[in-house]
Amino acid sequence: MISAAVLRGIGTLTRTRAAFTAPLAVRCYSHAKVETDEEFDSRWVTYFSKPDLDAWELRKGMNTLIGYDLVPEPKILDSALRACRRLDDLASAIRILEAIKDKSGPHKEIYPYVIQELGPTLQELGISTPEELGIDKV
Amino acid sequence: MCHIPRGRARRQLLVDKLGPSYLKMLASRALVQGLQTGFWRRVSTSSAAWAAHTHDIDVVDCSVPQYNNRLDTPLPDVPFVRNLSAEQKKLKEKEKGSWTQLTKEEKLALYRLTHELSFAEMRQGSKEWMTVLGGIFFFLGFTGLLVWWQRVYVYGDVPPTLSEESIAQQTQRMIDMRVNPVHGFSHKWDYEKKQWK
Repeated sequence: MISAAVLRGIGTLTRTRAAFTAPLAVRCYSHAKVETDEEFDSRWVTYFSKPDLDAWELRKGMNTLIGYDLVPEPKILDSALRACRRLDDLASAIRILEAIKDKSGPHKEIYPYVIQELGPTLQELGISTPEELGIDKV
Repeated sequence: MCHIPRGRARRQLLVDKLGPSYLKMLASRALVQGLQTGFWRRVSTSSAAWAAHTHDIDVVDCSVPQYNNRLDTPLPDVPFVRNLSAEQKKLKEKEKGSWTQLTKEEKLALYRLTHELSFAEMRQGSKEWMTVLGGIFFFLGFTGLLVWWQRVYVYGDVPPTLSEESIAQQTQRMIDMRVNPVHGFSHKWDYEKKQWK
């Protein structure tokens, strides 16, 4: 009889490995809970949404986020841009957009998508994209 | 700062520590004069003290956060321009209002106050590699000239055994003694027709 815990465990494992049939107890995988994408996103949105976020925390958060092997979701960036607005820091807002473009690397379709998703926020806050300011070219 | 003896006191110190024979070796006049004119003093002074002394060196204080241009750290620790002029301060005040009121030039100015280089500028390479490659070829060529000069003016004559007739005699001897007759040298010589195959 396979317990619910083992089923859950196998469920997590089959996301990473196909055709896995041996019992869980034999393998030496960590039993730590893997954070889902949604949990990651909401954690970061909450981080940047803090009303009294200070400049250091903004910088730290952004630099850490860029250090991860991923391009942040538009909703995290929306939260970060609003944090820039609360701190009266337009330069950082533009820098964040530049960093996203750079972070996408060879996947050229990511940046236009992000700008499209952030369009309303950029309009509302009055943030110009790097392209509008001409700093995307040398 | 410990007292470093100069002149006669220094020579006496050397004699006491190392003996007269060492003294002759080490304390040659040129060496002592060189040491005394302050070479060591220049090398041993700490850079901060030296900078305070000379006033023309840019001393970077590494004990406080510094500005940096890095692709992986988009928001640097401090803004690029710390000391704002009156105009720049006014712009910073305007930034506290709605950003929709700012013109493109003002937004660009705000960006440049905080950041020295944009991402595109950080990513751009330089033409330095051409200079480096050119320098390498130049020096290789110069070395070639030196080697050529050396070959002409330094090396002696080549041995007489490398002259045309000496080699002809040598080849004839090799054919006569049937060197490598199966697959090699003499195999290629036709003994009937007395010529190379």
